[in-house]
Amino acid sequence: MIDERNAVQAIDLVKDFGETRAVDGVSLAVPTGSIYGLLGPNGAGKTTTLRMLLGIIDPSSGTRLVLGHDRPLDAAAEVGYLPEERGLYPAMHARDAIAFMGALRGLPIAEGRRRADALLAEHNLGDWAKKPIRTLSKGMAQTVQLLGTIIHKPRLIILDEPFSGLDAINQARLEELIRGEARSGVTIIFSTHVIAHAERLCERIAIIATGKVVFDGRVDEARAKLRPIVRLRTRAADGPWRSAIPAQARSEAGEWVFELPEGGPEPLLKALIDGGAGIETLAIERPGLHDAFVSIAGDAAAAAMGQEKAQ
Amino acid sequence: MMRFLRSAFVIGRRDFSATVLSKTFIFFLLGPLFPLLMGGVFGGIGARVASQTERPVVAVIAPEAEFERLEAAREQLVVALGEEALVKLVGYRPEADLAAQQKRLLATDRPPVRAVLSGGLESPHLIGALAGDPATLGQLKLLIANARTGNAIAAPNLPVTNVEESSGSLVRDRAMTAQIGQMLLFFFTILLSGMLLSQLIEEKSNKIIEVIAAAVPIDAMFVGKLFAMLAASVVGIVFWILGGALLVQFLKQGGVQTLPQPAVGWAAFIALGIVYFAMNYLLLGAAFLTIGAQASTVREVQTMSMPVTFAQVLIFGFAATVIGAPDSAEGLAAAIFPLSSPMAMLARAAEQRAMWPHVIALLWQAMWVALILRMGSQLFRKTVLKSGPRRPWWRFGRV
Repeated sequence: MIDERNAVQAIDLVKDFGETRAVDGVSLAVPTGSIYGLLGPNGAGKTTTLRMLLGIIDPSSGTRLVLGHDRPLDAAAEVGYLPEERGLYPAMHARDAIAFMGALRGLPIAEGRRRADALLAEHNLGDWAKKPIRTLSKGMAQTVQLLGTIIHKPRLIILDEPFSGLDAINQARLEELIRGEARSGVTIIFSTHVIAHAERLCERIAIIATGKVVFDGRVDEARAKLRPIVRLRTRAADGPWRSAIPAQARSEAGEWVFELPEGGPEPLLKALIDGGAGIETLAIERPGLHDAFVSIAGDAAAAAMGQEKAQ
Repeated sequence: MMRFLRSAFVIGRRDFSATVLSKTFIFFLLGPLFPLLMGGVFGGIGARVASQTERPVVAVIAPEAEFERLEAAREQLVVALGEEALVKLVGYRPEADLAAQQKRLLATDRPPVRAVLSGGLESPHLIGALAGDPATLGQLKLLIANARTGNAIAAPNLPVTNVEESSGSLVRDRAMTAQIGQMLLFFFTILLSGMLLSQLIEEKSNKIIEVIAAAVPIDAMFVGKLFAMLAASVVGIVFWILGGALLVQFLKQGGVQTLPQPAVGWAAFIALGIVYFAMNYLLLGAAFLTIGAQASTVREVQTMSMPVTFAQVLIFGFAATVIGAPDSAEGLAAAIFPLSSPMAMLARAAEQRAMWPHVIALLWQAMWVALILRMGSQLFRKTVLKSGPRRPWWRFGRV
């Protein structure tokens, strides 16, 4: 069902490459003005899904609606896109490269140059405006491409693995830029295989594994799928208190780690004290998105993501 | 449609600026000088070698008086046929052992002798390697006959009144114009095939193709690239034509005005030449752009270059069949086959006055340009972007 409040909607998108099904019935709904994360391991089908949403490739079947257009290129003037594999013309000057990307989206070239100068100055690259791209550092070139993505003031920005290849400082800058765009009402979709970025930025996420959406909803909904985690350190090695902790509890570095039992913290605490555990430390942690991801997508997908942590 | 044209313009403007404003464009402009220089140098050497090796030499063993009669007869034929067309005679005094002299002369390489004539004018005998060379034998028979009579081909007085042209000279001159026109068209387009083959390599290797494909229709990218290269080549051609005209003006007495007049007149011929160049470029360019778009590395493009150049030469050869016979079956086929049509029709313009076939040909060629571009962009989407088209092929610029 199409909901016009959504900036992007995909219904049952399928993409086959020969015998291989890369995307298998993906449905998404991205509310206008939200930051939406597409999570999944490499090869899960994130980029293929984004390319279909952008109209770079056509789906084998399914429907997509981008800013109210069923042909994504009809919305091109209002969309900004940063591909996973970055690329610029090496001989082009930085400001011309940004203006060119704006011109592709319908922005007059003179206006594009004017805005490019302002954006470059804002990002401390004013001195590089008339330098060829080939003379810029990798980080600078990535910034130039990102500025080219937003030069035409799009209503929807799609970023494919935007943090890859950036150092910690530039990752933080990019996060701030994404938040800034979202504050001004722009809808942002980004794909990542680094859960920490999604956890910090996204209101909603979709988890894709082996071409299928295995979760689509708010980040706290994903977390709520898991019970809180208890970390317990006791003085007593054994005793009656052991019956208070679940049989699946595991021992990690001298701690017991287990899901909070159904009854909540109070009965657990009472049973531990009465059972003579001699509580040294007890922490009840809210599960992170990473734990939720492992639970939702399965251990195999989590392993494929390589447990990469954001800096 | 406006968005399509605007997108094509953005791509085209970028490509045109990147090409024309680069330092390497100077080498492109100077490019035609190299084959001209090579042609001049190797052509001169080739002609000298040919004149030295191909003109048969006949050694004549005869008394001096008889040899002089033969030479006199030969001089008379030179007036009609030209020096290069006739056998060369070298005289030798008879020696006591004729057989040994004949054998020695046939073996000498100063100069290399095709045959030895002996026995004098009354009972001549020829010995030599003359199988498959009836012309030398025929010339010698004629020379001997003329030498015997002394003055057999004494030229009668033939007063001549020159006019500027006759039907015969017109046909010959227009055929030459057609040939020059085709040569120029071929020459201008063959220079560009390599550039077109590698047109998309830059975008593919820079990965900027994703940004472009997400923003504009692939058809628009193809059209933009093609017209950018057309515009860049027009800059080159204007430069070359001006340079060529100046060269003709300096080298040829009477300048460019002495070049043979085409059937449709100079103004229409030049206009048609420009339009047919554009069509030839767009047709071959669309095909080469499509072929080149499939390559993912410079090495692949280089590998493709040779067969593509040969294909161009074949197409040129096919189009050349029109010259002198535009209404023949081959001529009509060359005019209909899309890739040879512009060259064939330019030759027709040099030789026939009618303009309506050009209107039809241009519409036909334009249709094929659109068709090849459409097929090219679909193939690109399918094989490079890995996307199968879901819409009818005739719907340009929509995704």
